[in-house]
Parts: sequence; structure tokens; C-alpha cells
Amino acid sequence: MSTHATTGQPSYLVDTGARKGLVAWLLSTDHKRIGLLYLGSMVFFFFVAVALGFVMRLVQLTSFEHLITAQTYNALFTLHGVIMVFLFVVPGLPAVFGNFFLPILIGAKDVAFPRLNLASWYFYMAGAAIVVIALFTGGGAPDTGWTFYVPFSLRTGTNVGLAVFGAFILGFSSMLTGINFITTIHRMRAPGMGWFRMPLFCWAVYSTAWIQILATPILAITLVLVILERAFGIGIFDPAKGGDPLLYEHLFWIYSHPAVYIMILPAMGAITEIIPTFAKRTIFGYKAIAFSSVAIAGVGSLVWAHHMFTSGLSQFAVMTFSLLTMIVAVPSAIKVFNWVSTLYKGSIDFQPPLLFALTFIFLFCIGGLTGVMLGALAVNVHVHDTYFVVGHFHYVMFGGTGFAFFAALLYWFPKMFGKMYSKKAIYASWFPLFIGFNMLYFTMLVLGVMGMPRRYFHHLPQFNTGHEIATVGSWFLVLGLLMFFGTLVHALFKGEKAEDNPWGGVTLEWTIPSPPPQENFEEIPTITTGPYHFPQESQG
Amino acid sequence: MDWMKQASISAQKSDAVFFYVFGLSVAFLLFITVLMIYFVIRYSRKRHPKAEQIEGHMGLEVLWTVIPLLLFLSIFYYGWTNYEYMRQAPRDAMEVKVTARQWAWSFQYPNGKQSKVLYAPLNKPMKLEVRTLDVIHGFFVPAFRLKIDAVPTHANTTWFQATRLGSYDIECTVICGVDHSLMLSKVIVVPEAAFKAWYFGGEDAPAPQPVAAPPQPVAPALHPAVALMTAKGCLACHSVDGKPMVGPTFKGLFGKREAVLVAGAARTVTVDDAYLRQAIQAPMKSVVRGYPPSMPVTPLAAKELDEIVGYLKTLK
Repeated sequence: MSTHATTGQPSYLVDTGARKGLVAWLLSTDHKRIGLLYLGSMVFFFFVAVALGFVMRLVQLTSFEHLITAQTYNALFTLHGVIMVFLFVVPGLPAVFGNFFLPILIGAKDVAFPRLNLASWYFYMAGAAIVVIALFTGGGAPDTGWTFYVPFSLRTGTNVGLAVFGAFILGFSSMLTGINFITTIHRMRAPGMGWFRMPLFCWAVYSTAWIQILATPILAITLVLVILERAFGIGIFDPAKGGDPLLYEHLFWIYSHPAVYIMILPAMGAITEIIPTFAKRTIFGYKAIAFSSVAIAGVGSLVWAHHMFTSGLSQFAVMTFSLLTMIVAVPSAIKVFNWVSTLYKGSIDFQPPLLFALTFIFLFCIGGLTGVMLGALAVNVHVHDTYFVVGHFHYVMFGGTGFAFFAALLYWFPKMFGKMYSKKAIYASWFPLFIGFNMLYFTMLVLGVMGMPRRYFHHLPQFNTGHEIATVGSWFLVLGLLMFFGTLVHALFKGEKAEDNPWGGVTLEWTIPSPPPQENFEEIPTITTGPYHFPQESQG
Repeated sequence: MDWMKQASISAQKSDAVFFYVFGLSVAFLLFITVLMIYFVIRYSRKRHPKAEQIEGHMGLEVLWTVIPLLLFLSIFYYGWTNYEYMRQAPRDAMEVKVTARQWAWSFQYPNGKQSKVLYAPLNKPMKLEVRTLDVIHGFFVPAFRLKIDAVPTHANTTWFQATRLGSYDIECTVICGVDHSLMLSKVIVVPEAAFKAWYFGGEDAPAPQPVAAPPQPVAPALHPAVALMTAKGCLACHSVDGKPMVGPTFKGLFGKREAVLVAGAARTVTVDDAYLRQAIQAPMKSVVRGYPPSMPVTPLAAKELDEIVGYLKTLK
């Protein structure tokens, strides 16, 4: 494919309309600018939640125990969870890279509903603002954990009502984005781009969008019921009034388990884009990867009660949900095999995005395999609600989604900003990130097997050593994060100008200038090949 | 490793599954990681300048769908069967009511006695009925690999049979407020005689003192006949501890009067040496009523038969 070296249009980063500066950004309906609005706000919230986690780790060093009170600690892990889950990982890749690249990858000028897209960001910011206000008003920061289990969340005097309302508003952002993406994919693909010529990131975002639309309303209803229960005592969940706390657990996880797949599917999609570009060959098993995304979205909606194996479910329910949990592991395994096979007989150009993509595969495998352990009933009875679970979901959410987010950022950064970062500095940041990550979270897995329950301010003395190792790991991890984002921020201002196609990719975003022009394409391309078609003559 | 000590039967059941999944996981992770590193080196641009455009391989896709599926199903099955064992309390288990509240545990025994720590006799099953007075709590004994939530309006049950003397932590696992991490107690496993002395000893009976577990062999020294019967498959259908399984339990079998069917006709026999030998060598000749006529003939040397029969006589 030919590259357009120059174009008549100015870059999307240049203000050309009547509005200038900040106003032009805040009122922009350009999908690329909205993507960057999300990126900026999300990285900010990510670092806020990292700071909370850092303090939690510090307190687990026995000698620092009296730094804060138990009540503050309970607020810390609640906020860390709420901010990471609802403000970073759930919107995560779709809101940033989905917004920025989905239209470009399918050869469109924008998403189907650009104004709705901007409205989604405002819903996101409004929800975030309400969550922040909830920390400092009412009875103080919520202390229930991000799961808000009743009846504790009904009894606590802290500001659960407002925090839950914030999460409710955030749900709208998620649903509206989902509707937008589905419509965009159905209606706005370039001529010649059949479903199986779409880049696989689009398949992942598409599957995710369906979960967002179908599962998020259940969370919204559940949260409204919690608010009504707290305000008026309607007796849906409150056992004292004839309600059932297990009903809450079911409703909460009917959303929140699929939400895990909302978090991981787009990450898998990004990895699927990165590997062929650096292996210089077509993806192995296109359809297997595409359908496994759909299968994860489908079966993943039916496994929620594996969060409740010890809650007293019937034997039949326990058996069924354990079985379904095992089945949902299969499509993830299929993806891993296809990614690794895509390296086979490639011509691998090893670059930072590939390093982070392969690190994703390694860490995600540990996350997935510990998930299988949790799904095995006899093991679950032991490790449920311990640090094993904490370690497991950090491997999936941070080692998985987080590292995929970093990989995607490294991959698309030159395209988004037209600047190239220092590859050496990124490689240097990988070491503390990787070492710190495993020191922190693998130790948590071990602590969990030893019997360390989650959400504990004090811990028993037999866990001292483990906590010390984990805390030191968290220092390396934070150091790595600062180096990583420091390098990117430096590149933003001082980086060299990036080429239009620095990695030699063949998907559509690499056919347009870096940074992309306002309307993306000079003329809408006509698609004649699959997405990862590397012309043979251009190699060697 | 001290923290992995198994202090109950369910701990052994849970750990068996854990190590099965752990072994598979390590193998899978190593396989994927080594393959990734090998490919990155072997097919680097320097060594392999021209990529081959391989679109896929149907056979491989089927292979890596079916094999993981079968492995995952085996994990499910193993996890499920051992879990079932961990959940179904034997009929003769002593039933203790566990009450959780913010932020303490209390235990009430059948005769009304109450305690703040749970006293349990060694090698005797104990059934727990777990309730809460306020919010959700989680009852967790790591050394027993035992966990059950205390949910308002629900009475959840679980059971254990401690196999090791000592004192073990009880921890709350569901966030329940400011002192969640102080909602701790202990299970104190004592010899049955010490437990009885306390249990039947009236209000003033001194609490049994925790006895440190014997320093050495934690693994119960198996009777050689038990090993033999495990090897021959007997214990797949018969228990030696009274637990109901496919076939009648061996516990208390010797000397018992059993109703049997001989060629379709009901009879009553006394289980003696001769009957045991016949039942093992020609199982279909007389089948205990209420059990399926499905026991296979297992070839045994005369010495092996003597050993098993001799052991069965001791199971009172």
C-alpha cells in the first residue's frame, strides 16, 4: 500500500475552527481528540489510584502500621478499586484506542455519532467528579471495597450512596460508547471491508461493546436499588426487611464478571494488532481469534456466580458455574496459541511495543491459569477472598490489560502524536516494571495460598516476610511506571518527529500521516485484501 | 513448609487438586514462554529476513481447542468431586453452631456449651452451621482449607475432620467494617479424651490446652493393609471410617449382622472370618441389601487376603 507523504488537510492537533485552545478540545467531536481527552483523564486517575495502592503497600510494612487508621485503610482499598476499575480499566482501551483508531482501522472519517461520543466523555468526567466528591463529603470515604456488598454497604455511615451514584453515571458513558462503536462497525466500514477483512482489534472492540450494552444496565439498576435501599429502606436487599443479600451478589456479578471481559478483550485486540506488524506476517488463525472474542463475550456472561462459591449456593449452581468457568478459559487459550504461532516463521523486528506485547502474554497466562485454579471448586474453597484472588486479578487486569495498554500506547504513540520516544529509555523502564510487578503480585499469590485474607489492615505475623517482599516490589513497580510515562511525556515535547509508518505496519492507520489529518483520509480507501497483507516484494 | 501443613481431611482433598492444576499450569506457562523466546530468536529479522505468510492451520486450531478443553474439564471434574466430599458432612458429625458478628466469633455445642475459640476433637468429624447477626462475614481456617460465608437469613453449613493436634487460625474473609482484620479466633484440636473431659465437664471444666502437634511424621502412618486395599481398588467403593460410599463401610463391619441376598433370597448372616473371605473372593454370591451388586472379583494372594481380613477385624 502506498503512503501519503503529504496531505492537504491539517493535523487533528491544529485548531482550524472558530474555537481555539482548551475550548476547542473540550467541545471537539473529533474521535481522535476525544480519545486523547480520555487518555489524559485516565492516566491522571491511574496515577491517583497507584498512589493509593502505594500507601496501602507501605502500611503493610509492619513498622509503618500506625501511619494511618484501619478506617482510612478500608477507604484506601475501596477507592483504589473503584478508581482503577471504573475510571481506568473498564473504559481503558476502548475509550482511548477504540475512539482514536476504530474509525481509522475501518476506513471511516469518524464514529457514527460524534456528539454522543463527546457526551460519553462528559458522563465519564461527571461520574468521576461525583466519586471524588463522595470522598470528602457525607460520612467520609466509602469503606466497603469496590464490590459494595450488602448489608454492610447499607449499614455503613460512610458516603456509599454518592459513590455508587458516581458509578451509575459512569455506566452511561460505557453504554453510550458501546452503542456508538457497534453502529460504527456495522455502518461505516470502507468499501470492500467485509467482516473478515476488519483488523482484529475491531472484532475485540465489537464484542466488548455488546457486553457493555447488555451487562451495564444490570449494574445501573443494582446501584439504583442500593441507593433507594439506603435512602428509603425499600427492603430489596436488606435481610432485616425481608430482602436477600445474595440477590445483590448475583446482580452485582452479572455485570461485574462480564466487565472483566470488557476490560481484557480490547487488550487482546491490541496485542493482535501489534504481533503481525513486528513479525511482518499475517496473523495466524484470523477467524479463530475473531470468533474466540465473540465466544469470550458470550460464555463470559454466564460465569458470574464463580465469585460466590462459598456463599452457600446450591450444589447444582456451584457445579454449573465451575463447569462454565472452565469452558470460558478455552477461547483465551486459543488466542494465546494463535499469537505465539504468528511469530512462527515471521521476520521479527524486535521493538518496544512487541516486548510489552509478549510480556502481556506471559503475565496474562499467569492471570488466566490462576483463574483456572480459582474455578476449581476444591481449591476455591481455600483461596477465595484471600490475597490469591488479589494477585490473580492484578495479573489479569494490570499484567493483562495494563501491559496491553502500555503496549498499545507504545505502538500507536508515534501515530497519535507524530513524535517518537526514546526506545532505550522504554527498554530501561521495562526491567523495574517487570521485576516489581512479579515481586508484588506473585508474592500475593503465595500469601493467599498461605491464608492471608484480602482487605486486612493488620496481618498475622506469619505473613510479615511476604508483605515485606511485596512492598519492596511495589517500589520497583512505581519506579518503572514513572520511567515509562516520563519517557513518553518527554517525547511529547522533545521527541523526534515520527515517520508515517515507523513500524512497517499494513493496517490503514499506517497509510495516513502522523499525526492523522482531521478527516483521517483524503479519500476513503477501497479494501481489496485482508488486514494483515504484507506485500512480499517489500521485504528483504 | 510449615504453612502448608494439612490439618484436616479436606486440606488433603483441596491440596491434591491444587497441585494437579499447579503442575499443568507450570507446564503450560513454560511451554508458551520458551516457545515465544525461541521464535523471537530463531525468526529474528537477521536470521530470517523473509517472513512466510501462513494464514492458519485447521488441524492445529482443533488440537489446541480440544486438548485444553479436555484438560480444563478434568480440572473441573477433579475439583468438583473433591469439593463434594468437602461439603457433605458424615451423619455422625457433632454439630456446632457458629455465630459471627462485628467483630467476633462464638461457638455453641450441642449440649449448650459456648466458647470463643473452637475446640475440636482429633479425628472426629465436626459439622458447622454458620450464621451472622449483622453483615456478611467469611469463616476461614487456612490449615483446614475450609471457607464458608456467614450470610444474613441463610444458615450455611460445612464440616471438617481435624487430623493434626494444634491451634489453627480462624480469619474473617469478607470485609465487614473497621475491625475486619481483627475478627480472628482459633480452632484448637485436642485429643478426643481431653475434648470430652471439657465437653461433659460442666461449666467449671478447664478449657483444654492446645497440644503442639507431634514434631515428626504428620502424614498418618498408614496401616499396610490400607495401602494394599488402596492399590487393589477396594477403597474406591468402601470406606474405613464409616463414610457412606458405593459399598458398605468396613468400619464396625466385623461381627455385625447383615441382611444379604443370596441368589435372590433374603438371609441374615453374621460377618465373621469365613463370610469376609467369601465376600471378597466371590462377591456376587451374597450381596448386602441396599447396595448394588457390582463388586468385581479382585485377584489376591493368600497372604494378601489374610492381611486384609485381619485388618478388617480391627475396624471397630
